[in-house]
Amino acid sequence: MQFQRRHRKLGTNPQSELYLQPLQFYGEPPLENISLAEFETFAVERLKLLKTVENLGVSYVKHSSQYKLKMDNELRLLHFPYRPDTKRRKDHISHFILRLAYCQTEDLRRWFIQQEVDLFRYRFTDLPPQQKLEFLHKNNLKYNTLSDKEKNELSDKLLMSSYSVSGVTVEKLEFYKVPFQDALDLVRSRKVYLKAGFAFVPQQDIVTIVLNDFRTRLSKALALTARSLPAVHSDERLHPLLNHLSHAYLGQDYSIQKNVGKISLEQIDSLSGKSFPLCMRQLHQALRENHHLRHGGRMQYGLFLKGIGISLEQALQFWRSEFIRGKVDADKFDKAYAYGIRHMYGKEGKRADYTPYSCMKVILSNPPSQGDHHGCPFRHSDPELLKQKLQFYKVSPSSITQIMELVKGMHFQLACQKYFEVTHNVEDSSFSLSHPNQYFIESQKALGGGKDPKRDVDVPQKVQETSQHLAETAEDLEALFKDG
Amino acid sequence: MRMSYSDYDPACLPDLLPLYYRRLFPFSQYYRWLNYGGVQKNYFQNREFSFTLKDDIYVRYQSFSTQNELEKEMQKMNPYKIDIGAVYSHRPNQHNTVKSGSFQALEKELVFDIDMTDYDDVRTCCSAADICSKCWTLMTIAIHILDRALRDDFGFQHLLWVYSGRRGVHCWVCDEAARKLSAAGRSAVAEYLSLVKGGEETVKKVVLTDPIHPFISASLEVVEKYFLEYAVQDQDILGRKECVDKVLALVPEDVRNELQTKMKGVKQPEKLWKMIKNEAKNKQGTVKKGQHFEKEIMLQYCYPRLDVNVSKGVNHLLKSPFSVHPKTGRISVPIDLKEVDSFDPFVVPTISRICEELDRPRTEEEKSEESQDKENEKDAVETRKMRDYKRTSLAKYVKYFDSFLDGMTRSWKGELLRKSDDQMEF
Repeated sequence: MQFQRRHRKLGTNPQSELYLQPLQFYGEPPLENISLAEFETFAVERLKLLKTVENLGVSYVKHSSQYKLKMDNELRLLHFPYRPDTKRRKDHISHFILRLAYCQTEDLRRWFIQQEVDLFRYRFTDLPPQQKLEFLHKNNLKYNTLSDKEKNELSDKLLMSSYSVSGVTVEKLEFYKVPFQDALDLVRSRKVYLKAGFAFVPQQDIVTIVLNDFRTRLSKALALTARSLPAVHSDERLHPLLNHLSHAYLGQDYSIQKNVGKISLEQIDSLSGKSFPLCMRQLHQALRENHHLRHGGRMQYGLFLKGIGISLEQALQFWRSEFIRGKVDADKFDKAYAYGIRHMYGKEGKRADYTPYSCMKVILSNPPSQGDHHGCPFRHSDPELLKQKLQFYKVSPSSITQIMELVKGMHFQLACQKYFEVTHNVEDSSFSLSHPNQYFIESQKALGGGKDPKRDVDVPQKVQETSQHLAETAEDLEALFKDG
Repeated sequence: MRMSYSDYDPACLPDLLPLYYRRLFPFSQYYRWLNYGGVQKNYFQNREFSFTLKDDIYVRYQSFSTQNELEKEMQKMNPYKIDIGAVYSHRPNQHNTVKSGSFQALEKELVFDIDMTDYDDVRTCCSAADICSKCWTLMTIAIHILDRALRDDFGFQHLLWVYSGRRGVHCWVCDEAARKLSAAGRSAVAEYLSLVKGGEETVKKVVLTDPIHPFISASLEVVEKYFLEYAVQDQDILGRKECVDKVLALVPEDVRNELQTKMKGVKQPEKLWKMIKNEAKNKQGTVKKGQHFEKEIMLQYCYPRLDVNVSKGVNHLLKSPFSVHPKTGRISVPIDLKEVDSFDPFVVPTISRICEELDRPRTEEEKSEESQDKENEKDAVETRKMRDYKRTSLAKYVKYFDSFLDGMTRSWKGELLRKSDDQMEF
């Protein structure tokens, strides 16, 4: 297919020039014709690559030597090397194909950007210093450095702002004066000194600037791509494939329900003790105790309940009966809260059918603040409180130690899975936990003694396949979610 | 309820609002603000307003092409509450007619929302929507800390602080760079400014690590000025045993035991605080983690708690200055930074008070001014309205708002001058 027709300058071949560089910002789309088969292969392989980046990021501390080692291995296995230039074409094209598939919703964009940025960071850090500099210059990232006089005046502040700088080296180190908008990650985590809108960035942190730039460019590009999407969607060869690719990012989304209404409201209390993951159990308990949950909690818990099969009518009844026992009267509930619940079920506003939150979303976005009970208990609790809670739930001391170790290593999903294994008496669970609703389904399966009464919760419906080839691609993708 | 709204009865709101919007609301300043000197085309026209009407009916995506249109509509609808949203790519009242996806929020002031309810675990005087002069100090501290950081660290100059009308304050950062900030930029600024983290499942909400960033040191300097009087004396955080335990829960376990022994029998809160501080000083030399516990305690009890979600989104709505708070009747008035320490939310005029003030008989001076107006019949209506607010206690707040706007005007005039200078040089 052809992405875009453009006149090439005489005498230069921008594509081959592009592939001379080990790394790129993906500023220019590929201009060649490729076969449909190659289009599909590239797309699926890129998706595998990004899934791998995601998984490694969850299981290992990013940028640790272990993470790097794993990354090296996986990239080689997936045939995505970037140093020798033969495979750079695939890297380039496949990136642009996934842009088409992942530009459609904010959730998709967020996921795609996150993985691409992680991949980029890994690759950039791996470059030798000289090539890093070349890359900066080629991409117009030039900033003023601080003079010795300025450095002297500010040396105290510079010292106190940077984890990696010690007193002796402030003099030897170059500091760049960067508008704070270009150094958001450093600003966010207060790893840089800020004065009058400028961030003073030590040379070794310049990678963050590059990433920030990459992220901004990618985010803008995706927004632009989204606008031109209708044209792509009119192509009946590509539309189903792109749709399927975008469904793949978190595997199952637990939004399509076949067992709506099979759970009665009376069952929720006992289910919350037996089959809810800790985050939902905590929310349920808080709701019963306070007869109220704040917005973040209502969203996280409400969508989860929707995912396990609570119907809209049930949900309204459930929330109303609890809220009116507190400070909210029925009238206020109907005015202020019922809308939100109908909204969750796609009955208000833009009528989107919202999907239950995945673990990644719970862990990474919207952390709980004062008065909130949502979030991931393994990520957002004080270790001491978490320990007490586990003791209260009769988890054995040795298991608690194991779980706390995982928490300490920031493996929150693994910690939760360990909790599952301990509370369900299974030695080695055969799934990889990535979603609270998956926890629920697996728990019901385990408690049902192997057979699975809730099995008709289905993976998202497959788009109609147009060819045998596509069907195979789809199977390939399915396999990917299973081990993902 | 400690806050008394003796002069305001919510049932009267429907009768007062028409008067307020007809004779008192400072439309011309309001328009001058949101038009930003007309520097960017359609800036006012593409701005979203949203009205809350009687019975919580919520009308979003209102927009107006002129000051006059805004005035007419507000006088017709008499909103209970007005919110300001983003400047969009198209006129918000036509958002249904543009292709979905192309209607996008482009710019908005960088805003901050600080609400007293978020301090419930560290206030002993009130809870939830209640406030008193004791806990209001928390807002004073918040304004000092954030104002300094937004100016010195981020280089912003045009910060409008506004009393929310009930239990908190808002900040509108109006600099061009702030209005153009991306969502990622907004969340980065908000996170830079957030030190208190965690919900109901977190006891220790402030954790400091070495080295202590200059921003944190500067913020601590502010807190230190207030801590003894506000926290130790007024809030009595080291008074009852439960309170002491709550504070000690923030201290590392080994130090806690030592401190508990030392503190036995000591009752005076000031002394107890001194002991905690000394203990921290002694421990500072050791390499162990957690040696900043006295700082962490001060920050957990006093550091501003931002509602980060309000700041993050470009399209997030925030209650407008000069909107009325339907529950208290108080006007959302700008806070003069020079007087922030003496700002008293209970003195902020209510809608019933300023409407009453209008009915007071005119003074001689006012009468003579009025007769002058009559000579110039054409502008009489306009001038009368200008004079009207001046006769009420709203006047000083509008005056401050005027001076804030003057400051902005000067800066973009300077900008234009510089631009034209640049063009003169060949």
